[in-house]
Amino acid sequence: MANTIVLEIARYSPERDIEPRFERFEVPCREDWVILDALNHIKDRKDGSLTYRWSCRMGICGSCGMMVDGEPKLTCATFLHTYARREKPVRIEPLRYFPVIRDLVIDVADFMRKLKRARPWLIRRDEKPLAEGEYLQTPQQLDDYRQFSMCINCMLCYAACPVVGLDAQFIGPAALALAQRYNKDSRDQGAEQRTDELSDHDGIWGCTFVGECTRVCPKHVDPAGAIQQYKLTAAADWFKSFLMPWGARE
Amino acid sequence: MPSPYTEFHPRWYRARVSTWWWLGRWPYLRFILRELTSLAVAYFVGLTLFQLHALSQGPAAYGRFQETLRLPWMLALHFVALLFVLYHTITWFNLAPKAMAVRLGGRRVPDLLVAAPNYVLWLAASAGLAWLLLRG
Repeated sequence: MANTIVLEIARYSPERDIEPRFERFEVPCREDWVILDALNHIKDRKDGSLTYRWSCRMGICGSCGMMVDGEPKLTCATFLHTYARREKPVRIEPLRYFPVIRDLVIDVADFMRKLKRARPWLIRRDEKPLAEGEYLQTPQQLDDYRQFSMCINCMLCYAACPVVGLDAQFIGPAALALAQRYNKDSRDQGAEQRTDELSDHDGIWGCTFVGECTRVCPKHVDPAGAIQQYKLTAAADWFKSFLMPWGARE
Repeated sequence: MPSPYTEFHPRWYRARVSTWWWLGRWPYLRFILRELTSLAVAYFVGLTLFQLHALSQGPAAYGRFQETLRLPWMLALHFVALLFVLYHTITWFNLAPKAMAVRLGGRRVPDLLVAAPNYVLWLAASAGLAWLLLRG
């Protein structure tokens, strides 16, 4: 294995640059280093002004997502040595389709607004008294939504989805998968409240099923699957309301 | 290009999505090809309507229509359209397990078993049609 590897990192300073430029850094290519370790090495030893987000470095917090050679990746889970056997440098860029604040840091405000629209929390019409105890679930009921609950909001799926780039209003894969996560939860009673927002052109019907969100998801959430399931439910609900306008909706 | 206005932060950089975004990566190109397969489906529907129209015009008109279908460029066109329609069909059938989380006895049915009935019905319908048309 080569002793060093070259990273080509996007740099952008809003005060100085019109658009991002690329800067090359040669870093040690250690077998136990992930891309994030290399970025930390650059910040500590070469250029303290390099700006990026990270926190847990163990694939939980979802803050270190970046484009690595054009692919959305969690940099804490992408080993440097997998890029060692090649001539050209490894290109590190901020997540695609997001506004860039500085270097590798993106603005997540739009994502947070979209997430809120999906109402990703338990909604109850009637709360039972505390004395009656917790809301119990069978393993099967848990299994219905568990996969979708693994989302860490890393936004890699947004950077992989061309619809997000082409349609700024599209709610996006993670928010829709999280909506489905709560719709499938036996304790939740908010599916109807979510329908008007999500069964819309900006919601599930904006998805053209490219499927890249599922491929890049580091937690195997399968947002594309969640959206297609939601489409089927929404279509069935529409047929029911068309055929039985007096009683399809609860 | 100067950065467009962003609330509070006018200089945040927003990259423009190229018209040719789908050419850069194979999964995107595959997606666009899949979307284009709908044109091949529409073409075959149109062709069938023209065929029915020719049939209604009598044996001579239908014969002329069949002669046109035998032209080499028509055969080549139909071969390509057939490939697109097959791709369309396969991607639709493979979508079934994504859209339906089928459960049996408390367990989720594997994707392959959800997609398989589509293929079985497709083959049965094709075999039935072939028998009808080719039995002489």
